Amino acid sequence: MSEKNTIRKMVTVTLLVCLACSVVVSSAAVLLRPAQIANQQLDIRRNLLAAAGLTEPGRSVEEIFAERVTVRVVDLETGLFTDAVDPLTYNQQRASRDAAMSRRLSADEDKAGLSRRERYSVVYLVQDGDELETIVLPVRGFGLWSTMHGFLALDAQGQEVKGLGFYEHGETPGLGGEIDNPNWRAQWQGKQVFDDQGNVAIRVMKGRADPTSPQYQHQVDGLAGATLTARGVENMMQFWLGENGYQAFLTQLRQGDIQI
Amino acid sequence: MKALELLTKPIFRNNPIALQILGICSALAVTSNLRVTLVMCVALTVVAGLSNFFVSIVRNHAPDNIRIIIQMTIIASLVIVVDETLKAVAYDISKQLSVFVGLIITNCIILGRTEAFALKNPPWPSFLDGIGNGLGYSVLLIGLATIRELFGSGTLLGYNIMPLAADGGWYVPNGMLLLPPSAFFLIGLFIWALRTWDKAQVEAPDFKIKSNTKPSGADYVPLTR
Repeated sequence: MSEKNTIRKMVTVTLLVCLACSVVVSSAAVLLRPAQIANQQLDIRRNLLAAAGLTEPGRSVEEIFAERVTVRVVDLETGLFTDAVDPLTYNQQRASRDAAMSRRLSADEDKAGLSRRERYSVVYLVQDGDELETIVLPVRGFGLWSTMHGFLALDAQGQEVKGLGFYEHGETPGLGGEIDNPNWRAQWQGKQVFDDQGNVAIRVMKGRADPTSPQYQHQVDGLAGATLTARGVENMMQFWLGENGYQAFLTQLRQGDIQI
Repeated sequence: MKALELLTKPIFRNNPIALQILGICSALAVTSNLRVTLVMCVALTVVAGLSNFFVSIVRNHAPDNIRIIIQMTIIASLVIVVDETLKAVAYDISKQLSVFVGLIITNCIILGRTEAFALKNPPWPSFLDGIGNGLGYSVLLIGLATIRELFGSGTLLGYNIMPLAADGGWYVPNGMLLLPPSAFFLIGLFIWALRTWDKAQVEAPDFKIKSNTKPSGADYVPLTR
């Protein structure tokens, strides 16, 4: 046995290599963290603007965001705007895990697989002068593998979809990952989310939606090979537009009970 | 071997994809768009060079029975560093590359070169060998991506080269080129061209098929049973 194959050598070399590698990896992670967070936030805002159809070539995301978008906080229990938390520093994801800021959902309520829902949610209002043009609602829900995070943009009545986009998900590339496909996302535009009775009516079909059906205005094509992801998107809509989501807020907004 | 040879030989004479048939997976996955491909090539070349370099430094101390684990630890650490860097400086592209940067860890080219070359050679030649193999990989991927993006979407690096018929131009894109199997065909054609040019790359056949023999009485078993 040559000298380098002794047990002692083996342990020392393993320890040293692991130590050196972990120092390199952890310092890279720590040093690059601020830049990564800034990128992530920019990407989220870019997705938000894309869902609301506000992107303009040649203008920066920050610029459009500052000019057109107002950030407000809604109390999901009452549907009213609130100043309980600061919209700029409020971390909604963290709040949804915080027992004091959220509540546990019962199995019946928990359509989107969230287990907890925060009390306050940020909403984004796009205004054209004083007129409300678009409401952008953050939505999330469980697909097949992961929680999908995205934005649903509705018109000022909270009835017609203006856009849908996801900025973070871990669905299978090429199958469930097709929720990012521009063609599929474009189908959502113009769909009506509520029926005449005010129930959530939007559906993601299995297979193609039938254009001759009277329900077509509520229906979106399914995703081939990604039934569970598509169902996850539908459940997400059911939840966030339903009574545990933004329904109270949208109703009050429609009735003019709250002013922008 | 001379330094220059270490660097240039893997590009055509001993191409990791075309001759060693390694790293095909990412060659299919990330070549539908040239911009993404370029970033992937840089990432892989950096990892290949540095992992060869570091493995070569520890080669005289690494016990034989845990050498693969040590190589993997070094490779994995480098890939994580590259991945984190991409997330910090090129977020869009790192999102498009998604898992494929992480999968450099399992790219056969990297472990293949550390195991075959870096364990037996000093750091500097090993580094050059890694960079050379990374370049060989890059040449093939860039070739693939150029063809696939140009004829698949009529653009190069996102700039319009051939105006699409759908936008009022004249070019009808070949959608198949955007699908992964097209990369397979293109790699096949590339290997063919390469072996026509450099006959030394043609391997001797593993076996020869016997010339057709007539079925004779007793051995003959009809297939329709």
